[in-house]
Amino acid sequence: MTFEQFIFYLFSAVTLFSAVGVVTARNPVYAALLLILAFFSSAATWVLLEAEFLGVVLVLVYVGAVMVLFLFVIMMLDIKLDPLREGFIRYLPVGLVVAIAVAAEMILVMKSKSFSDVPIPEAAPLSSSNTEALGEILYTEYVYPFEIAAVILVVAIIAAIALTLRRRKGVKKQDPGKQVRTQRADRVKLIKMKAEVKTKMKAEKGR
Amino acid sequence: MDTLTTFLNGFLPEGLTTLIVILLKIIAILLPLILAVAYTTFAERKIIGYMQVRMGPNRVGPKGWLQPIADTVKLMFKEIITPTKSSKMVFFIAPMLALAPALAVWAVIPFWDGGVLANVNAGLLLVLAITSLDVFGVILAGWASNSKYAILSSLRVGAQVVAYEIAMGFALVGVLMAAGSLNLTEIVRAQSGGIQHWFVWPLIGLFLVYFISGVAETNRAPFDVAEGESEIVAGFHVEYSGMAFALFFLAEYASMILISTLTALLFLGGWLSPFGHALDNVPVLGSILGDGFHWLLIKASIFLFCYLWFRATFPRYRYDQIMRLGWKVLIPVTLVWIFGEGIAIALGWKPWL
Repeated sequence: MTFEQFIFYLFSAVTLFSAVGVVTARNPVYAALLLILAFFSSAATWVLLEAEFLGVVLVLVYVGAVMVLFLFVIMMLDIKLDPLREGFIRYLPVGLVVAIAVAAEMILVMKSKSFSDVPIPEAAPLSSSNTEALGEILYTEYVYPFEIAAVILVVAIIAAIALTLRRRKGVKKQDPGKQVRTQRADRVKLIKMKAEVKTKMKAEKGR
Repeated sequence: MDTLTTFLNGFLPEGLTTLIVILLKIIAILLPLILAVAYTTFAERKIIGYMQVRMGPNRVGPKGWLQPIADTVKLMFKEIITPTKSSKMVFFIAPMLALAPALAVWAVIPFWDGGVLANVNAGLLLVLAITSLDVFGVILAGWASNSKYAILSSLRVGAQVVAYEIAMGFALVGVLMAAGSLNLTEIVRAQSGGIQHWFVWPLIGLFLVYFISGVAETNRAPFDVAEGESEIVAGFHVEYSGMAFALFFLAEYASMILISTLTALLFLGGWLSPFGHALDNVPVLGSILGDGFHWLLIKASIFLFCYLWFRATFPRYRYDQIMRLGWKVLIPVTLVWIFGEGIAIALGWKPWL
């Protein structure tokens, strides 16, 4: 076993165990943490395949951004585990049937000729930068799918905002631009007036 | 290093030699870094002290120079208290998760031409990816502490870091467009030829955005709502004591030094001398005025000083205004800047070349 194979098996084992852990963990925060570990170790496997761009982006996008928001939500939810586990036995047969069906389908697909006949591609030379290669192919050959994906994402963002945005009347909001633009004259007014002490004294004299 | 490698190869198998040499290099990077962290805390207290017209620590050792050592010793001997009903494992993993990425990034940082532990192709992306892991330490610490203050703080950090990471990433996109490479050594080399070739000038907007989001990313003043003493006591590390607390401290300062160094590398030409090669032949001063590690040190120190200066100068931002600054000001600025830069590159109009 070469050192590379050793690393591959190590990271694959970690990925598998953490993936199983995601499903079996009792605490949802632990499940999310194990999912992070699964992402991270599969990113390591990708780097081992010399797809360093994809590996790094997996960490950057999924671990660094998506999972942070995920954890964020999970930590704020008050999840009670007992109601979730209710009826486990009742749904077990259905679940088993689905699991067996999916497993059988996957095995059939993996064993099919279109999978096993594909020759293993040669490793790219180490000096080549696959960031550049990916960028080139993404912006030439796959430019339409790429742009369509971008548009779909923008639509999703706008839809999410439109669903949650509500304008209430009578809410006092700050306008930072206005706040920055205020001058001294808007807030402070200097008035000339006679000193109050004297008038008070006069009043006392008059009494 | 080469002589060491050949010496070790004499009686050790090759794989083991490589491992030993890499480990030695890691120690050679981390030991000065941790010392630098210790003395940054000292510098912070001194500098802010002088800015507020007081002396700062001056009792331990000559002129207070042993203060950080005394602090470390004190922290080491303090008891680590775990809150009741806290999640013990996550509670102890969190500080390590905060520190490990802050130290791991230094593997791809070049200190001089060729002076880098791992010259990775996608170095800049790797830096961005690993620094994005920093936040988990803080978030998990907040959650595991089983404390209202801590979880509020970790929620604040989560939203803030995700927001500013976008602006930071876009600023880096501008840099890699100008340099045409993701490799940090290549990026610095693209700026060679004196001070007028540095990326600060054409990318001044991105430079400002990068440094501001760097300050926000490390949760330092004026963006330190994560540990806003006036509202949530000490934020995510209220429940931590002793060395567990010290690890968070270490991580914060290591990230500060990292952001300063990265700003120097990406925008101020790293180890390159501001005079280019014009003064290389000056008899005595030639080696000092030429390129070298000392320039990186000076440039990084300037930004580190700015960090401390900000803390002494600015009041803390209000939370909604932090979000506004990140999403509505910094991100649009970077987008417009990248667009303009793209047009300039497409037209072959590169004033900085």
